Amino acid sequence: MSDHAHPTPVAHQFDDREQQTEVGRLGMWLFLATEILFFGGLFTAYLVMRWKWPEAFAVANSKMDVTLGAINTAVLLTSSLTMALGVRAAQLGRGKGSFALIIATMVFGLAFLGIKAVEYARKFQEGLFPGPGFVFEGATGRQVETFFSLYFMMTGLHALHMVVGIGILTVIAAMIRRGRFSPDYYAPVEISGLYWHFVDIIWIFLFPLLYLIHPHL
Amino acid sequence: MQGLPSEHIVPLKVYFTVASALFVLLALTVGVSLIDLGPFNIVVALVIAVAKMLLVVLFFMHVRWSSRLVWLFASGGILWLAILFALTMSDFLTR
Repeated sequence: MSDHAHPTPVAHQFDDREQQTEVGRLGMWLFLATEILFFGGLFTAYLVMRWKWPEAFAVANSKMDVTLGAINTAVLLTSSLTMALGVRAAQLGRGKGSFALIIATMVFGLAFLGIKAVEYARKFQEGLFPGPGFVFEGATGRQVETFFSLYFMMTGLHALHMVVGIGILTVIAAMIRRGRFSPDYYAPVEISGLYWHFVDIIWIFLFPLLYLIHPHL
Repeated sequence: MQGLPSEHIVPLKVYFTVASALFVLLALTVGVSLIDLGPFNIVVALVIAVAKMLLVVLFFMHVRWSSRLVWLFASGGILWLAILFALTMSDFLTR
């Protein structure tokens, strides 16, 4: 974001910069609305299954690692803070600060995925991955297996979104390095931030729903 | 609508306050899950999750300072999700 950067021209279909930025912002919000419904199918499945089998869900929950889940929530919340600060730095034209904060956001994202991988590995070892290898003693075994199907699908789809988010931020970081942004033009940073925060919000709901089901329910 | 959407620079203090609140709510939701409130455990957990979502949406995602159209788009997704839940459960609850 050097001072001598050429100002990015407003695309010809827009009246001015303000309108162009607003259109981009609305486009991302519209995409996020479709994403809410994309995850919404799984949340609906969760709602129905938990309503049908509350006891099995409580039993399955005892197999979840609350500590790792809570640490991962903290990691993601921190990544959202660095993302928000990265966008702010871009708004102010602070290229170096913005670059460092975007990199920090990616590092937190990778840390999240690393912890998730450890959790997945343990679930595989304990025979909790749904399928022929699934092992669970007790009358509600099949229902517990359904919980873990939902667990792997919901957290898996979320993790996929994290991977995409890290990919997007890699591009944004490279663009910052090349001085593509200025206080006049930083919309791609802001819009990528919206996506990152959205993925954080999905986890904000997954954490209590998958990790904090009370055993006495 | 307050301020100009694309010109608004949020003070650092706001971001750090919001982040602190998010961490307090995280500790709270883990803490409450250890107490037996019967069917209210899930209610409290979801209220806290919604509070966290609102903090992220309003401040980190700048919706508080955004145009009415952004408000409309942001609430539209939630509205359709509510319709999905309501219609699905109206089936299961009346079988």
